[in-house]
Amino acid sequence: MNNLDMREYIINLLEHGHRIDGRKLDELRKPIEIKVNVSKNAEGSSNVKIGSTEVMAGIKMTVGEPFADSPDQGVLMVGVELLPLSSPEFESGPPDEWATEMARVVDRGIRESKMIDMKKLCIREGELVWMIFLDLYTINDDGNLIDACALAAISALKTAVFPVLEKDKVKFGEFTKNKLPITKIPVTCTLSKIGPHFIVDATTKEEKVSDARISICLIENNNICAMQKGGGSGIEIDDLKKVFSIVKDKTKELRSLVTTAAK
Amino acid sequence: MSNLMVEEKDVVVPGEILAQGMDFVPAQGCLRENDKIIASQLGLVNLSGRLIKVIQLSGRYIPKKGDVVIGKVVDIGFSGWRVDISWAFEANLSMKEASSDFIDKKTDLTQYYTYGDIIAAQITYIFGSKIIDLTMKGPGLRKLKGGRIISITPSKVPRVIGKQGSMISMIKEKTGCRIIVGQNGLVWIQGDDSEKMLLAVDTIYKIEEEAHLSGLTDRIKSFLEDRNGSSKKN
Amino acid sequence: MAQAKKTERPDGRKLNETREMEAKVGIIKRADGSAMFRMGKTIAYAAVYGPRELFPGFMQNPEKGILRCNYDMMSFSVTERKRPGPSRRGVEISLVTKNALGPAVNLDQFANTVVDIFIIITQADAGTRCAGITAASMALADAGIPMKDLVSAVSVGKVNGRIALDLVKEEEDLDGTTDIPCAIMSRNNEITLLQLDGDISEAELIEAVELAKEGCHKIYEIQKEALKEKYKEIKNE
Repeated sequence: MNNLDMREYIINLLEHGHRIDGRKLDELRKPIEIKVNVSKNAEGSSNVKIGSTEVMAGIKMTVGEPFADSPDQGVLMVGVELLPLSSPEFESGPPDEWATEMARVVDRGIRESKMIDMKKLCIREGELVWMIFLDLYTINDDGNLIDACALAAISALKTAVFPVLEKDKVKFGEFTKNKLPITKIPVTCTLSKIGPHFIVDATTKEEKVSDARISICLIENNNICAMQKGGGSGIEIDDLKKVFSIVKDKTKELRSLVTTAAK
Repeated sequence: MSNLMVEEKDVVVPGEILAQGMDFVPAQGCLRENDKIIASQLGLVNLSGRLIKVIQLSGRYIPKKGDVVIGKVVDIGFSGWRVDISWAFEANLSMKEASSDFIDKKTDLTQYYTYGDIIAAQITYIFGSKIIDLTMKGPGLRKLKGGRIISITPSKVPRVIGKQGSMISMIKEKTGCRIIVGQNGLVWIQGDDSEKMLLAVDTIYKIEEEAHLSGLTDRIKSFLEDRNGSSKKN
Repeated sequence: MAQAKKTERPDGRKLNETREMEAKVGIIKRADGSAMFRMGKTIAYAAVYGPRELFPGFMQNPEKGILRCNYDMMSFSVTERKRPGPSRRGVEISLVTKNALGPAVNLDQFANTVVDIFIIITQADAGTRCAGITAASMALADAGIPMKDLVSAVSVGKVNGRIALDLVKEEEDLDGTTDIPCAIMSRNNEITLLQLDGDISEAELIEAVELAKEGCHKIYEIQKEALKEKYKEIKNE
């Protein structure tokens, strides 16, 4: 109802330094809950709740032929399903542009950061490598699905274990204790722009009145490994400088939550 | 020989047996199956003489005749307006019911209500799901200017209004805001002070969140007094 | 000694014992109604949206609302990955689920609308369609949809020659197992889902369905409790 009124109201509040749920502009929702090993048939899995936004991630692994252009590296495939169960606005059907974008943004953060040492997933160069299928599902959408999915993805990867491999065949249902070769923890933080203001971790109401959003993925040394600007409007170079310090803080906060949950 | 198996304010599930025998009469939210009265909804038992009702506790707004609702004008036709009342279908406001003035056929209807206008109206007639007629003739029914609209679960509306309107009166008094609560879960709030408006909004959301917990009235009273007190300090 | 081993169930349960159950209502805030149901290691989430407008228009029923159901499994919920996307199994289960819940709901007041049910399995150890139906039934009630009873579902079957309640995957996979998913509306013991695959005599089938009835009654109590739990304290105000 009344998108224009809502937008005016929100911007008004933002000028005074708060949001409709009382948070500050650079404040993440509380609580943020990360649970791992939530799905027992999966090689790795997680459930992340940011406020009432909830997503689940799961990993299934198998072996197969590597891609021709990377014969000594494992394969990673990331998928996102925006389940109609999680919002009245999602429809049944194959992933739309929104779901595809989200999957690729999450994938980029993992791949470009070199979170997984893909060379260690090689069994026999050119012939046999490990293949990681990471699938993300939304359970309840109350905004900021990108960050929730990215968090769920890295939590699941960090705690995933290899299945048993016997004579080049995976024995499904049997797990080893060996974790994936993880070298870094990339963390994503998305900011939404409403008028001249940037807010962290937008809720659905805030997303609906946003002009643009920017997702930035940082690794531990604060280098940027992936970035995606979304939404219909533009942002300025000065904006980038503004948001970067916020992102540094938030990704640190989120990374420590992952480290605690994924022990 | 009749048997009442539940008490006032019991929470019952669909299919639960509420009474046996022919002494009781099923009203809203229940039905008779032979000699038993069964709940046909998840809800709260309400007893009124021989009438047994089950009041809906959750789910979408289902329009009922007599409901005062808050709606948004989404279309204008030749002889009236189409209004979004948060139901699967739009409601109808005819020229005849729009105002106590007589509206001539050739009048430009946008003079009265135009696209995006928010109105407080009452449902006069329902047929099936698609035909819902509204009227603006009645006490308190009017176009709502300014202010903002929030949306709560329709089943929490009775808690926001309170017994004999006691809860909503308390909120109005302590925040100085004008508030209209629609049965469809939409609430219009208007105040001169944006801090007070925010307080009214927060209070209503708090009631929605805690509607099922005991001591609600006292807790809300304290909440309002605390927030008013701390803002005075600033 | 070998005989005794054969009749023991993989998790040590008695033949007429269900697995440990857990139910929660209202877990998906954006939905009009929602619930989670766990039966042993099988976990189902269900969400209900509606009554809402139905597109395309030609699908609308001018006399009453319609029920639409979509059942799916998360790719990692099973031992060997399930490829995302519709499967024939999913389509069939969606249909029988809709038919299991249909007799319980009353959509007479909601002509031209649809009530959508979405079920997703997050972890599977047999009995997934039953867990889905059980969860969806609670979600429908949570959404305030008029219903004449809750629907409870459980699988029964013939395992190692004996009639057993609530089969796990290990039992389902054994040679010679007959699997019989069942859904029942407890008040009048009306069966709304009944499927079978295997090889079983008429007498055994009747025995199995009677056992399913008992199992469903137990599940009904869990569903009832979960629905009431959400509103426990209202009485005191």
